[in-house]
Amino acid sequence: MADKILKELKIKVWRQKNAKSKGKFETYVINDISTGSSFLEMMDILNNDLIEKGIDPIAFDHDCREGICGTCSLHINGRPHGPDTEVTTCQLHMRKFKDGETIIVEPWRARAFPVIKDLVVDRTALDKILQAGGFVSVNTGGVPDANAIPVARDDAEEAMDAAACIGCGACVAACKNSSAMLFVSAKVSHLAKLPQGQVEAAARAMNMVSKMDELGFGGCTNTGACEVECPKSISITNIARLNREYLKARISR
Amino acid sequence: MSKFLTASIGRKFVMSLSGIFLMVFIAVHLGLNLLLIFDDSGELFNQGAHFMATNPLVKIVEPILGLGFMVHIIWSFYIEYQNWKARPVKYAKRNMSGASSWASRNMLILGSMVLVFLVIHILDFFVKMKFTGHPLLEEISVKGVYMENAYALVSATFINSTVLSVLYIAGGILLGLHLSHGFWSSFQTLGLNNKFWLKRWQVIAQVYAVIVAVGFAVIPLYFMLGMYK
Repeated sequence: MADKILKELKIKVWRQKNAKSKGKFETYVINDISTGSSFLEMMDILNNDLIEKGIDPIAFDHDCREGICGTCSLHINGRPHGPDTEVTTCQLHMRKFKDGETIIVEPWRARAFPVIKDLVVDRTALDKILQAGGFVSVNTGGVPDANAIPVARDDAEEAMDAAACIGCGACVAACKNSSAMLFVSAKVSHLAKLPQGQVEAAARAMNMVSKMDELGFGGCTNTGACEVECPKSISITNIARLNREYLKARISR
Repeated sequence: MSKFLTASIGRKFVMSLSGIFLMVFIAVHLGLNLLLIFDDSGELFNQGAHFMATNPLVKIVEPILGLGFMVHIIWSFYIEYQNWKARPVKYAKRNMSGASSWASRNMLILGSMVLVFLVIHILDFFVKMKFTGHPLLEEISVKGVYMENAYALVSATFINSTVLSVLYIAGGILLGLHLSHGFWSSFQTLGLNNKFWLKRWQVIAQVYAVIVAVGFAVIPLYFMLGMYK
């Protein structure tokens, strides 16, 4: 079946020269886009048009284009990663849009994610949180024998589900409070669920939450928007686990 | 400790504990108030009100309850201010209806409206019963015990004023909406949640919220519609 062609789309996109400049929306018209192309392919075509017209192309983050690296972002028509579920922007297809539609594309907005240029935001804040405790301090060696360290199947599953987090920051972008709790909870959970990570669980929760607060992220009010918008559907039950780990750590020291 | 109370999870911990305390109070308050519609002579309600006014344990809990309200209200504004600061540049377009419930996104607005209702409610009854007195509260004797006629004041308020009755119905519904998110959210914040309990807490929260909203709204309706006759 041949893909349909969207004859005309209006792309209302945030343009900002650099971190210091003010920035504003510009609207560009783009023609003949296949519904089978991805959102980022559409952006590539738009950028080609802009270059031919002598306009500076739109800067946006992208890398693997198969939904596993966590580099792409974009707030499309009011939702992080656009109007689809369990996908990153690079996996979003143009069939999700109607002919003649105006598509609003914004960078992710949070105090902790300052805009660098156009749609590119600085997400090093997430790396800084990881550096505060998202690791095991000693080398735990290679893969042990399957029966050497017993791990219950449910624990292994939950740890793997939490480890699916690609650190894209959609949870922060979706949250009305710009909270990074889903990200932090995923990182705390995938280690807290396994024996190698449990040793430092208390210190990890304390340090990562302190760093998160310090970097200017908001607090969690349990709206659940992060889980819905997360391309990997990380569960908010991880946030309950983070709360538990944090409160336990607070009591024990 | 001070660091804990201002850390993001600590702030939520304070909201959660004070919220659970207030939800226990609301359950007791609703239970007692429903006596208004189960005994049209007013004797049951008067006995209940008299018990609450004279019981020494209640007297101890009363100031703690006041403190619970203060903490919950002050912390909510503090939290909301911190959260508001975390996004200095707002989005031009937001489409959040599919991702989260309206109540969960507007807890401060719902809470503020409940607060306005609470002030009116305290002026209507608590102040009159406790401090200023009211002609309708004249002492009566129930089974040989002298007590204030609280039933007369409450029933007359709803029978005489449609505006107040409607306001009280609205107050009950607003509180129900606030609790539909607040109830399960408080347990999530305490870490008392997992993949099994997430749905359970949410269902229990909806049931509790409906009971509170319907329970409190039914009382003014009962008097408004003249069902006491």
